[in-house]
Amino acid sequence: MVSAFLCVFAVLAILIAGNATDHLMGVHALLFFSAIVAWLVGIALWAGKLGDRDPFDETEYEDTLVKFGVAASMFWSLAGLLVGVIIACQLTWPNLFYFEELGWTNFGRLRPLHTSAVIFAFGGNVLLATSFHVVQRTTRARLFGGMWPWFVFWGYQLFIVLAATGYLMGITQSKEYAEPEWYADLWLTIVWVAYLIIFLGTLWKRKEPHIYVANWFYLSFIVTIAMLHIVNNLSLPVSLGSAKSYQLFAGVQDALTQWWYGHNAVGFFLTTGFLAIMYYYIPKRVDRPVYSYRLSIVHFWSLIFIYIWAGPHHLHYTALPQWAQTLGMTFSIMLWMPSWGGMINGVMTLSGAWDKLRTDPVVRMMVVSLAFYGMATFEGPLMSVRAVNSLSHYTEWGIGHVHSGALGWVGFISFGALYCLTQWLYKRKSLYSIALVEWHFWLATIGIVFYIVALWFAGIMEGLMWRAYNDFGFLEYSFVETVEAKHISYIIRTVGGLLYLSGALIMSYNLIRTALGHERINQPTDANPVSQPPAAAELQPAE
Amino acid sequence: MYETLSSFAQTGGLIYFVAIFGAVLAYALWPKNQKKFDKAASLPLSDREPGDE
Repeated sequence: MVSAFLCVFAVLAILIAGNATDHLMGVHALLFFSAIVAWLVGIALWAGKLGDRDPFDETEYEDTLVKFGVAASMFWSLAGLLVGVIIACQLTWPNLFYFEELGWTNFGRLRPLHTSAVIFAFGGNVLLATSFHVVQRTTRARLFGGMWPWFVFWGYQLFIVLAATGYLMGITQSKEYAEPEWYADLWLTIVWVAYLIIFLGTLWKRKEPHIYVANWFYLSFIVTIAMLHIVNNLSLPVSLGSAKSYQLFAGVQDALTQWWYGHNAVGFFLTTGFLAIMYYYIPKRVDRPVYSYRLSIVHFWSLIFIYIWAGPHHLHYTALPQWAQTLGMTFSIMLWMPSWGGMINGVMTLSGAWDKLRTDPVVRMMVVSLAFYGMATFEGPLMSVRAVNSLSHYTEWGIGHVHSGALGWVGFISFGALYCLTQWLYKRKSLYSIALVEWHFWLATIGIVFYIVALWFAGIMEGLMWRAYNDFGFLEYSFVETVEAKHISYIIRTVGGLLYLSGALIMSYNLIRTALGHERINQPTDANPVSQPPAAAELQPAE
Repeated sequence: MYETLSSFAQTGGLIYFVAIFGAVLAYALWPKNQKKFDKAASLPLSDREPGDE
């Protein structure tokens, strides 16, 4: 059925390719068509090898798909981080990394490639993989929908490839974090609705009566992203054969819609989705129940009801009415509490297993991710205050803030989940090397610290330079002087990014060796024993 | 018109949010639910096969 559905799209793609009025659209239509042909060939080969085996056996979990998701996450993390380091180099050494004859390597094209690759390709694949894993385990039911989960997985990869190649060729609708044009957006909508149906269907046939809190977080992520994506991408294509489209909204309405979308991409893609990861993988890894299930309910509902209003803080001092700006700021400040509720609940889940912070670097990674989550969700409300925003907006401080959330919170909790998933799905006693996880942890942590400290420095400095006046009432500094002053910070930032990328490379090596079943000798094998008797209540000398 | 709508939205919004928050608190803290939540808190810890009761 999936294949029949896709054949319809194959015909559509061919029609568009034949009638394309611009060359870029033709390229994408052909790319799309080839992807569908590849799917059909893949299905045929797979069905041929199947024999008597029931591929959708209800007594088994769909784990192969999760393994694919782990591999895709690993791949896209390396790609996205690499592009990040490249554009950091371009900013630091613009003369060395500017290639006039290669237009597609321009910063303006690579920057959305980096953001989309790390957020939607890496983060999105982590969310797909973990949500499919968690919803099955916590409902004790196999994924709903037979072949459709595979459609979602490959359909999502196709969206990423369309988006990424589009940016490099210069296709963009110029909306931050929503750059892909109308046809890619429509395709993602179809994939996303299928994702929602699979998730709801799995919940529907659950064997566990209670719907575990992680599933609530995943569901809020899926539903809200669908809503945000559709509304923010309402646009009219020039023609069916053209990649270009025009937005339905204009002016400040468009800006407000864009930042309603933009900030909730942070809230519902990069926060609730990853809190779902926290609520499954941390208790599971440390073998302790969630610290307070009641707190999880209260902070879940508070978080989703408040987050949706916070967007206007991106539009301080703009044409947006001041009351709307103040509304956004007020809700951003209120967000502090539910955010910290989640952090406290995650960290305190280690109660009675604090020693794991020392013995299991994977646990340490996930707990440090919560520390960064707490820091970023304190810094965010602070920066949303209009007076602070007048200093921080448009400066490097914003970039630094985003990266303490993205590298620290999203990155670390994802890496933790990827380590867990690889070890558990391939049923290994331990990861290939615990020492390499330590290396990953420390390289990445030092990288983040380099990154955010350098950009705090650069951001506050340039913010102050922009508003400095001399005795005659003229601006003290020309713009280029404020850029020049950031050079040293840019160098430190690039080094930080490089350290973080090295950590991810080490992780990939470790995960591949773990999947292959290799194990280093001479390492403590029970960093993650399946179950451990509660520690005897003996008083230690230090107590 | 604008005044009427905005005062309705502001007052209504406040009541709506406080009511929802109250309902969430009541649900989370209701003594009868405690057993269910205690069980749910350890839900990730069990390793069971699909369909297990």
